[in-house]
Amino acid sequence: MLYNEPNPLETRVLTKRFGIPNSEKAEVYVANGGYQAFLKATGMPPEKIIEEVKVSNLRGRGGAGFPTGLKWSFVPRTSPKPKYLICNADESEPGTCKDRLLMEYDPHQLIEGMLIGGLAVDSHKGYIYIRGEYRYLITMMEHAIDDAYAHGWLGKNIQGTGFDFDLYVHTGAGAYECGEETALLDSIEGKRGVPRMKPPFPAVAGAWGCPTLLNNVETYSAVPNIIRDGGAAFAALGTPKNGGTRLVCLSGHVNKPGVYEIPLGYPMLEFIEKFGGGVRGGKKLKAVIPGGSSCPVLTASECDIIMDYDTLAKAGSMLGSGGMVVIDEDTCMVKAALRIMRFYAHESCGWCVPCREGTTWLRKMLQRFHDGMGQASDIPIIGQVSKNMLGRTFCALGDAAAMPTISIVEKFREEFEAHLDGRPCPYEHKPAMALA
Amino acid sequence: MSDIVHLTVDGKAIEAPPGTLLINAVKRAGIEIPAFCYYDGLKLQAACRMCLVEVEKTPKLQVACTLPVAEGMVVHTDTPTVHEARKGMVEFLLTNHPLDCPVCDKGGECELQDMTFRYGFGESRFLEQKQHIDEKQWSAVVYFDRPRCINCYRCIRVCDEGMGLTALGITNRGVLAEIIPNEHDHLNCDECGMCIDICPVGALTSGMYRYKTRPWEMKHVGTICTHCSNGCKTTLGVRNDEIIRGNNRDRSGLNGEFLCIKGRYAFDFTHHAERLQSPLVRRNGKLEAASWSEALAEVAKNWTAIKQRGGRFGVIGSTRTTNEENFFLQKFARQVLGTNNIDHHRSGDVPTLLDALSGRTDALATTADFYERKAVLIVGADLSQEQPFLAWQVRANVRHHNAHIYVATPGPVREDRVAAASVRYQEGGELASLENLREKLRAEPELVVAFGDAIQGDAVRQLVNFGDSLGVPVKYVALLDYSNSRGALDMGLLPHLGPGYHAVDTPGMSLAAMLADESLDALWVVGANPLGRHVLAASKPFVVVQDLFLTDTAEHAAVVFPAASAYEKSGTVTNLCGEVQRLEAAIKVAGTKPDLEIFGLLAREMGANLGIWQASKIFEEIRGSVRGYNIPLPILTTGGAAQTAALNGHVPAPPRAERIQAAHNTLFTSGSLGQFSRTLQVVLEAPGALYQGR
Ligand SMILES: Cc1cc2nc3c(=O)[nH]c(=O)nc-3n(C[C@H](O)[C@H](O)[C@H](O)COP(=O)(O)O)c2cc1C
Ligand code: SF4
Ligand code: SF4
Ligand code: SF4
Ligand code: FES
Repeated sequence: MLYNEPNPLETRVLTKRFGIPNSEKAEVYVANGGYQAFLKATGMPPEKIIEEVKVSNLRGRGGAGFPTGLKWSFVPRTSPKPKYLICNADESEPGTCKDRLLMEYDPHQLIEGMLIGGLAVDSHKGYIYIRGEYRYLITMMEHAIDDAYAHGWLGKNIQGTGFDFDLYVHTGAGAYECGEETALLDSIEGKRGVPRMKPPFPAVAGAWGCPTLLNNVETYSAVPNIIRDGGAAFAALGTPKNGGTRLVCLSGHVNKPGVYEIPLGYPMLEFIEKFGGGVRGGKKLKAVIPGGSSCPVLTASECDIIMDYDTLAKAGSMLGSGGMVVIDEDTCMVKAALRIMRFYAHESCGWCVPCREGTTWLRKMLQRFHDGMGQASDIPIIGQVSKNMLGRTFCALGDAAAMPTISIVEKFREEFEAHLDGRPCPYEHKPAMALA
Repeated sequence: MSDIVHLTVDGKAIEAPPGTLLINAVKRAGIEIPAFCYYDGLKLQAACRMCLVEVEKTPKLQVACTLPVAEGMVVHTDTPTVHEARKGMVEFLLTNHPLDCPVCDKGGECELQDMTFRYGFGESRFLEQKQHIDEKQWSAVVYFDRPRCINCYRCIRVCDEGMGLTALGITNRGVLAEIIPNEHDHLNCDECGMCIDICPVGALTSGMYRYKTRPWEMKHVGTICTHCSNGCKTTLGVRNDEIIRGNNRDRSGLNGEFLCIKGRYAFDFTHHAERLQSPLVRRNGKLEAASWSEALAEVAKNWTAIKQRGGRFGVIGSTRTTNEENFFLQKFARQVLGTNNIDHHRSGDVPTLLDALSGRTDALATTADFYERKAVLIVGADLSQEQPFLAWQVRANVRHHNAHIYVATPGPVREDRVAAASVRYQEGGELASLENLREKLRAEPELVVAFGDAIQGDAVRQLVNFGDSLGVPVKYVALLDYSNSRGALDMGLLPHLGPGYHAVDTPGMSLAAMLADESLDALWVVGANPLGRHVLAASKPFVVVQDLFLTDTAEHAAVVFPAASAYEKSGTVTNLCGEVQRLEAAIKVAGTKPDLEIFGLLAREMGANLGIWQASKIFEEIRGSVRGYNIPLPILTTGGAAQTAALNGHVPAPPRAERIQAAHNTLFTSGSLGQFSRTLQVVLEAPGALYQGR
């Protein structure tokens, strides 16, 4: 069973096989057009594969939106060292739940994408790093990999092409930070999951110090489609520099939450209406978190835009991981900020000072504030503390914590003011906590 | 690529070699970029974010501690944004910091305190509850107070990289991230205290020092550690004539900031309750306290009588007394007592090595060579246990210069971990085992060879021949036991060699021969405990002992003089590499006298004139008369180390070869003296034999 009813308006490229039974079977995948792109790619020079990915305007679906073809071209494919291919399936960004569907409903599409990546950068060993909480998916992915081996789609001399590729599943242990690519590498190497200094970038020195290509599940899953139908066809689905479709995870106060595949450049408000069935209970839209909790929040009036990387950036936010959270008029934004900060304070790895101390300070401050013990001076301090983190932490987790907070204090300042002077939260109508 | 990079920092033009980190490059222009986690010589962390600066053409503030300089780079360290960032970082660090400076050991020399004053906000904006975690004791030496910790990872790195152990790690994440010891709730490690020393705040404190004083209440005296022969400089913190702390934070001296447990904490024998503080004279079979004049008269009377009837004297000197004392002692023995029966506990065959290398320059290694030379060969020594500072140098050499280390030992040693190759041998197979390394050693551009007492006599010459056959420049060092083991040899505490390894006319008895001599009439033991290991054959010799404690030897004495330790006197000592350094008296223990003064008083009592017994005067005599010791005084007087010159001339072998047997102290032993160090006795790892530390 799918998690949500598909919507007829979707552009189903990556999800087109969703719902076909026994998706973990290689035969089923092959019967539905699978592994043809890989066979096609074995006949292409690696430069041509990378060129095709560049032409597709595919950008990383993990969050940062880095042009995928360009990243692939950074891997020194002639290096004498082994090269590793890693798939980031740590999917931990709040609001994001697409990678798990891609692995559950079309695991071979991911395997095929990684095989093509292997051809492109001359790698023969891959790891899928699955977050520990996805226990069931770990088993499913392992079944799919076993079946691919059994049918000659993994292992030595795949389908007589002379190409060898081994693929393993590696599980995380429950740390958001291990989705950050270099922390993920440390975690794969069996170390504590803290980020590494960059440069060197993983493409040059990644897993075990070797060149490593690291992409998100959705990014790899897009690749077979690009090779099969050509990069141009994929690019044409989206807007300039923003190729193809995206799986958007729509959650929050909508009537029909779910994961929907839409082309890049789809209008946001229309998406909420036509796919989400509008705001739940006919309430008014207050705000949208467009791409996971790390993104600056957009107010309702800022939402009349199309959804692609560049437009969101221009609007001061990000397309991020595709986790879109719709917030209705009855939501307390102080509480939203608190909820977000609780996550980051819990997930900060603790490596660097501003993130480690800043997230906890903000969490405590927002908690106190929401509990009714706020002071007027707290409001600017919340913003200043966030800004003291922004751009100054070791990795982007600190930014991810700072950005939504800054946007909420700036855009919803009056809601903070409404909590002052011991007044109850205007949304929860609960009395302020008694002063201890 | 050009070999110099030009950049501009705060408007000043700066040059630096490529690869220089910005944080270091700016120092040349007198600019400070504050840092907590950056630590010279250790791996980069970029974790504290204190060193953020503005670099033109980059959107974000840049981390100066990991940023290599680049041609044309324009840097600003003094802008409102940079100041604000620093303020922010200090503020973050203080949010969960207990601010218990008034009771914190580190107060007054805390980097967080300094930074707060220099770069912080004047007031706190943090209204929330601070996180509290109880303090923990990890060992007799190491205590950890998590709330004070700023997670700079210096302790982890110094243990990991510097000590070659991984005794510290980190557990939990985020604000709960916490340093933990290797045994979960306690440490099993070298107990060197390097982690405590390097901690910028008061999170790690030492069981020896905590809550005893404040740094500004101490007098700080730079002197040389009295334990092993590496000769580390240690700066003793003294209050009310008591040594409270040892460290070398200012990195002065040949050891930089390094100290092992002995150098850092084992000064505590100085105020041990059993310390002798009055002369003892045997009356009716029992040692009883006596005045100095009584004791001196008693000795002079007996020695004069023995001398007059042509009796036999034996003199055993110390491996911890100063060069001046050793020089004076052999002079006393030879000129006043008229005997060459003088020796000490020898631990390495320096005379044969000097003879084998006679006439060569640049063939004697310095302690710095262990850090600087491209390759090091260790033969027959557990360096990390026996020669802690040399082992530190070797590890740093591997880390910083990719030096190649070769090990030939009977069993596994910690150096194996960093070694390019290790070979094992069974006793007697030392030299043969080196053949397995020959090809690799030949390929090295240069080599330092350190050897223990497994190589002695002819084997030393064979080792030098082996070195010569490699066709690369080789430097040597014979590993020794104690702080002035080398000085005892150089100053002629030997039956067949006088100061500077000159042959004496009629060689006297060796230590073993004296003890075995049934007709010995008098035995004079200075700062040594031969009867701890050997029995005295003579039935009723007149025994005089100078020592800090009532040792096994002192128990046999007719007269015991309470001696001052190395921390209570001035003079010079020579480490195993022949590097001469100066002692500075830190304290005075009531009732004791430096051995030199005791010698002088005894000479006077005997009516002999050996000149005045002032260390500086005797050192002048040594400089003028002892081969190799004509070293520049300014180096010494400014607290430096000067290596003695190589010999040019034959060093005669002893008339009868005797087995040299070193003490092979571990990190937690230091001969008889070590038994009086509470620290060395209470650490879990003691007695060292139980502790492998590999
Ligand atoms: C704190 C943090 C968490 C991240 N978590 C994830 C994640 O769960 N999944 C993911 O694909 N990328 C995550 N990323 C992004 C990765 O670092 C990396 O950019 C991405 O996996 C690259 O793949 P892509 O180019 O295909 O997007 C995270 C980044 C940060 C800073
Ligand atoms: S910003 Fe710093 S503490 Fe936070 S997750 Fe990254 S490295 Fe860890
Ligand atoms: S005392 Fe020395 S060996 Fe022990 S944990 Fe600290 S640095 Fe490591
Ligand atoms: S204990 Fe000290 S040295 Fe270790 S991380 Fe904490 S502050 Fe740094
Ligand atoms: S000194 Fe640069 S980040 Fe700590």
